[in-house]
Amino acid sequence: MELIVSLGIGALAGCGVWLLLRPRTFQVIIGLSLLSYAVNLFIFIMGWVRGGIAPVVKPGAVDPSVFADPLPQSLVLTAIVISFATTALLLVVLLAARGLTGTDHVDGREPGE
Amino acid sequence: MSEGLRHLVVVPVVLPLACGAIMLLIDERRHAAKSAMGLASIALIACAALALIANANVTSMYALGDWRPPFGIVLVADRLALMMVLLSAVIAFAAVRFSIARWQRAGPRFHSLVQFLLAGLNGAFLTGDLFNLFVFFELLLAASYGLALHGSGRVRVRESLHYIVINLTASLFFLVGVSLLYGVTGTLNMADMAQRIPGVPGADRVLVEVGAAILAIAFLVKAGMWPLGFWLPSTYAASSAPAAALFSILSKVGIYAVLRLWLLLFDAGTGATLLLAGGIATIAYGTSAMLASQELARTAGASLLISSGTLLAAMGTGIPEAIGPALYYLAVSTLGAAAFFLLVELVERVRQPGANLLAVSAEVFAGPAPDADGEDSTEAKMPAMAAILAVAFLGCALLVAGLPPMPAFIGKFALFTALLAPAAVPVAGWILLALITVSGLASIMAMARAGMRIFWGSRLRSQRIRLVEIAPVAGLMAVSLGLTVAAGPVMSYMQQAEREVHSPRGYVEKVLSRP
Repeated sequence: MELIVSLGIGALAGCGVWLLLRPRTFQVIIGLSLLSYAVNLFIFIMGWVRGGIAPVVKPGAVDPSVFADPLPQSLVLTAIVISFATTALLLVVLLAARGLTGTDHVDGREPGE
Repeated sequence: MSEGLRHLVVVPVVLPLACGAIMLLIDERRHAAKSAMGLASIALIACAALALIANANVTSMYALGDWRPPFGIVLVADRLALMMVLLSAVIAFAAVRFSIARWQRAGPRFHSLVQFLLAGLNGAFLTGDLFNLFVFFELLLAASYGLALHGSGRVRVRESLHYIVINLTASLFFLVGVSLLYGVTGTLNMADMAQRIPGVPGADRVLVEVGAAILAIAFLVKAGMWPLGFWLPSTYAASSAPAAALFSILSKVGIYAVLRLWLLLFDAGTGATLLLAGGIATIAYGTSAMLASQELARTAGASLLISSGTLLAAMGTGIPEAIGPALYYLAVSTLGAAAFFLLVELVERVRQPGANLLAVSAEVFAGPAPDADGEDSTEAKMPAMAAILAVAFLGCALLVAGLPPMPAFIGKFALFTALLAPAAVPVAGWILLALITVSGLASIMAMARAGMRIFWGSRLRSQRIRLVEIAPVAGLMAVSLGLTVAAGPVMSYMQQAEREVHSPRGYVEKVLSRP
């Protein structure tokens, strides 16, 4: 389980970094999205990878080892909302840049110009 | 502490948030009402900060919703945080005052964005919770994206795109660092974390340090440390004048966060060499950028880099006595950069378009400038305004370069004293001392060259510049002069802040003590 999750995070982060360094704005946005998925999963596994355990503490039960840590889950939720909002903003800026410069290159002009 | 005063801590966060939200409901065309609201809110924040500073027992803890730490989120107001809150209020006041003349009409919702930026800034300064720090960082960054785009236009949108992408990536680093620290220590409360880190077993110790280093990357991107700060001059130069003035405090948030977390979680030895080397490289890069830049706004950005570098290097020397002067220098250099960014816009307005290029080509080809015949000179056209602008420019040059009577001189002098103390780091201290001196010299050269080109070398256009636009620049300079006059009390306040930061036990006890 650990191996699968860490390989998945590695693949997502690797693709994200590659796309982030590409010259087209759309590639950069997709790269940022992939990176933020990788980071969200990373936060998630900081509460340890264990299947089938709820983060809800039942009344009376006090052994914390049989419950998942709820805090990383709420952190991930916050991080998802924030990255969602900023990605939306970045999309608007991308479209504005495309409209104003006439190209989707991140520098606002084609390399040969 | 009285019950009422206890709740003052939350005012700098909640007030601008509420004020900005209410402004969204007011009709976009009612600029006068909005700017008055904004100025009132900023003035109230400053009053709250002053009241908390004046209180004898300064460090105060506020548990939001009365959830006790380490489970609840806390706000902690100590001397360092309150000083930053006050500084950002002063700069925001000047920027909003400046925007009344024209910039508030250049785009929608300017005043709301300023308020949200302030809420994020104050929250980042006051929070005692690591994840809350992330949330406030995102709040201030989201507002700063809006402010960077304020006024729109091709260059601004292109630079904002770079700015947003870089800061989103830095935020991801922030998240990775926070989650690593949480994974090892099992807490997000900064004081609780400081208590638990010494007890972390050896194998996990590496993870803590890696987490802290990744976190530092996120902060140092904002501070503009050398290999991470190439975005700073061009983004700040492209944004509108009041936004750029506000951004001058933004780069100090990174410095503040490094200072706070580093000394709270680790002893001063960990990672100090890296900070020192990075700071020295940043000063060198800022100095060369200052000499190389042909645009005034980029010169101002370079001066911010120099100030960031000086602060990081001063922290990196590991000399506790260097922190107090560094904090004093932080305040005055930020005020100077903000005043400079505001003034740049006024100066650019009276310049001939393209005068810059003419001056450069005239120097390169050693030929006479095309307008050398000198008919209807500046003096004849608009003597008063040119004189006022020139005097303001001179004041800014002294402020940025750190020459007396401006207060950066005192900050640097006190910093040198700390560096030259017998126990100080020998070689690196001398390198730093030399570099700070050279950077001051380079600043005065760059400013003198720009001033001569603008006020003596080219004809100025007669443009209306209203008093309301000069007043904030003059106000910021007056505050700086006030810091020179009151250097004694201000410096002793900074030294108290330095002692607080260097002995985090008081902070930890304050947060975790049961009432």
